Amino acid sequence: MSSSDDDDERIPFIQRPEWSDVRPVPQDDGPHPIVPIAYHDDFRETMDYFRAVYLADERSRRALDLTTEAIGMNPANYTVWHFRRLVLEALNVDLHEERDFIDEIAVRNSKNYQIWHHRRWVAEKLGPQAADKELEFTMMILALDAKNYHAWSHRQWVLQSLGGWEKELDYCCKLLEDDIFNNSAWNQRYFVITRSPLLGGLQAMRDSEVSYTVEAILANPQNESPWRYLRGLYKGDTDLLVSDNQVSDVCLKVLKTNHNYIFALSLLLDLLCYGFQPSHELKRVVQFLGKTETDSSDANLATTICSILETVDPMRSNYWAWRKNNLPSQVC
Amino acid sequence: MESSPSFSTSFSSPPSTNPIPNPNLDSQPRLTVTQLEQLKVEEKVAEIYRLLNGVSAHARSLMSELWCDKHVEFLTRGLKQLGPSYHVLDANRPWLCYWILHSIALLGEPLDTELENDVVDFLSRCEDEDGGYGGGPGQLPHLATTYAAVNTLVTLGSENALSSINRDNIYKFLLRMKDSSGAFRMHDAGEIDVRACYTAISVASILNILDYELVKDVGNYILRCQTYEGGISGEPGSEAHGGYTFCGLATMILINEADRLDLSSLLDWVAFRQGVECGFQGRTNKLVDGCYSFWQGGVLALMQRLLPIVAKQLTPSSVSGESSLGSTCNIKSSDLAGQGSGKLSDVSFSFIKRHTESGPLFHTIALQQYILLCSQVLEGGFKDKPGKQRDFYHTCYCLSGLSVSQYSWSKDAGACPLPTAILGPYSNLLEPIHPLHNVVLDKYYISHEFFSRS
Repeated sequence: MSSSDDDDERIPFIQRPEWSDVRPVPQDDGPHPIVPIAYHDDFRETMDYFRAVYLADERSRRALDLTTEAIGMNPANYTVWHFRRLVLEALNVDLHEERDFIDEIAVRNSKNYQIWHHRRWVAEKLGPQAADKELEFTMMILALDAKNYHAWSHRQWVLQSLGGWEKELDYCCKLLEDDIFNNSAWNQRYFVITRSPLLGGLQAMRDSEVSYTVEAILANPQNESPWRYLRGLYKGDTDLLVSDNQVSDVCLKVLKTNHNYIFALSLLLDLLCYGFQPSHELKRVVQFLGKTETDSSDANLATTICSILETVDPMRSNYWAWRKNNLPSQVC
Repeated sequence: MESSPSFSTSFSSPPSTNPIPNPNLDSQPRLTVTQLEQLKVEEKVAEIYRLLNGVSAHARSLMSELWCDKHVEFLTRGLKQLGPSYHVLDANRPWLCYWILHSIALLGEPLDTELENDVVDFLSRCEDEDGGYGGGPGQLPHLATTYAAVNTLVTLGSENALSSINRDNIYKFLLRMKDSSGAFRMHDAGEIDVRACYTAISVASILNILDYELVKDVGNYILRCQTYEGGISGEPGSEAHGGYTFCGLATMILINEADRLDLSSLLDWVAFRQGVECGFQGRTNKLVDGCYSFWQGGVLALMQRLLPIVAKQLTPSSVSGESSLGSTCNIKSSDLAGQGSGKLSDVSFSFIKRHTESGPLFHTIALQQYILLCSQVLEGGFKDKPGKQRDFYHTCYCLSGLSVSQYSWSKDAGACPLPTAILGPYSNLLEPIHPLHNVVLDKYYISHEFFSRS
C-alpha cells in the first residue's frame, strides 16, 4: 500500500503530459463481478494504464516507471513483475539499480514470493560478484525474522549458484547461539555440512557434529530440533545410527534425569525398530519409568516404551498406539 | 513423570500435557526468542481453555458451537464486495473465490443459481486464451490460481461450471509450465517449487488429463525435497514445512509414487507438529496456526490410508539404505489404488474409495477444540491464533481441517461419524472432503463422473 505521503504527491496519469497518448484499459470484470475489490482511484488508474502498456507490449522507460508504481501498490502482482523483467531486458538497464529497488520494498514485504523470485533473477544475471551482497541482504532480513522461509531459500540458492560458503557454518553457530530453538538455523547447518564444497560432506563432519548436537540436547532435552538433527546425521546409514554408542548414550543420559524424556524415548524406540540391542542399564531405566507410568512390566522394551509414550505424551496417544501395534516382529 | 498442571483440557478428553519447560528448572540462563514467543501464545490459549473448564457443561457446549450462520454471512458478504484494503489480493481473486466458496460448501450452504453463474462468468474472464487461469481478468495464467479456479468450478459442480473448463488448453498450459527437471514452474519464467508441482498434478488429476508426460520426473523432484526431519520442503535443501509436506505427499500419491518417500519419518515428523495448544504448527519450534489444521491434519488423513506401506517400511529389511525403499517394498501405492485400470487419473478416485482399517493418527478432538475456541471468530470467520484478525484463507483452511478431524474415525470416506468424534453439538458436523484436492467429497464425485465421460 502506498503511504499517505505518496498519495499527497502523486499526480494522476491523466494529468501527466508524457502519458497523454495512452488510452487506459479498464479491468474487464463483467456485468456481475465476483469478489469485487473497491479499489482506491489511484490503484484503479495505475492498473488501467498498466493494462494499456502491457497489452501494447511497450517496453519503454516510462513503462518501467509505471511498473515501479504498480509494484509499490501491490507487490504480489506477478504479471507486473513478469512484464518488468521483459522491459529491463529490452532496455538493458543496470541491474545494480534494480537490486537497490528490491532492497527497498523487500523489507516491507519479506514474505512475498514475487519479490524473492525477482531478486533471484537479478542476482543470477549479476553473477558470482553479487554473492556477498545477497548474503548480506538475507542476513539483514533474517535479523528481523530469523525463520523467514523465503530468505533462507534465497540464501541457499545464492550459496549453491554464486558461492560464498566460507563463513556459513560460523553464521549458523551464531544464530544457534542466539536461539538454540531456531529450527531454520539447524536446517541451514544441515545444508552446510552436507553440501558445502569446503567441508568434505556429512561423513567428514559427522563426529564433530554429533558432539555439538549431543551438547545441545543435554542443555535442552525438550528441544526437538537437535534430536531430529542427530537422526539426520545418520541419514542413509541406519546401521551406523544403531551401532554408534553416542546415540544411545544421549538417550540414556536424558532418561536418567527423569525429566523431558519424550524425544529420548522416541529415538530409542526407532533404534530398537532398527535392530538395536539395549544394555541392561538402558532396559532398567526404561522399565523403571514404565513401572511408574504403566502396568506393562512383562512386555518387551519397545512395547513398554510405546506404553509410556501413550501416557506421558497424550497428544500423540493414537500415534504411539499405532506404533505399538506395528513393531517389527524381531524387535527387543 | 510429565505432570499435568495448569494447562489441562480434560473436557471431552483432549490430553493434558506439561506445556513448557519449567523456566526455573531450565539450565538456560535466559529464554530465547522462540521460547518467549511460544510462552506468550501458550498463555493466551491456556486462558481460553481455563475459561472453558470453569463453566457448566451447557456453557461448554455453547462455547464449542460452530457459528454457521455467522460464517455464511461473513463469506457471502466477501463474495459480493471487498473493501479497498483487499487490493493486495488483486492478483489472487480465484483464490478468494475458492476460499469463500469451498467454505460455504463445507458448511452445507446452497448457492443460488444466479450467483453460481456469475462465478462461472467471472472465472472465464480470468482464463487465458492459451490455457490456464490468472489472478484476475487479463492477468498472466498461473498454476496456483488455475488450481483455485478449477477447484472453485468443481465446488460449484453444475454442468455449466464444469463444461466451462477448457481442458485441452489447460493441458497445454501445464505442459508449458513443466521444467526439464520434471518439476513445474508457477507461471511463464516463474518460480519452481513443490506448490507448483502439486497444483499442476491436482488439476490434471481432477480433470482426467494426467498422463506420463506430465508426471515424468516430478517424483524425483519431490523426493529431493524430503528433509532429514522427515517432512517436505518447498525446494531441495529448505526446511520441512506443513504446507509443502501436504503438497509433496499429495503429489506423490496422485502420481502413484508415495512408496518412494520415507513415510515412517514423514509420519513421525507430522505427528509431532500437534502441540500443547491442541492445534498444529507448520515447522519444528514454530508457533501454532489454525491453517495447519488442514495442511498437517490433511497429511495425517492421507497417511492414515498409507499405513500398510509405512508398516512395511518400518521392518528392518527395508530401512537400511533409503534407496532400497522403493524396490524392496512389496506393497506399492498401486495396491492401495485398488483394482483400477492403472490409469493415473483413477488413482485419486480409488484412493478415496478404499476402506481403511486404521483410526486417526492425531488427537482429533483436541484439534477441533483449537479450531472452535482459539481460531473461530464469533462475528464469523476464522483466524490464525488468538490476537490475530480473521481472513478468508484461514476460514477456508480451519474449516477444511475441522472437516478432516470430524471424519477421521470413519473407515469409509464420508461415512457419518459417531457423535463422540465431534466436539460440541452434532450440528457442528461439516461436509466431508476429498483430502487430495480439498474439495467437498460429493462435488468431487460429480466432477469425477463428468470428466470420466470424455
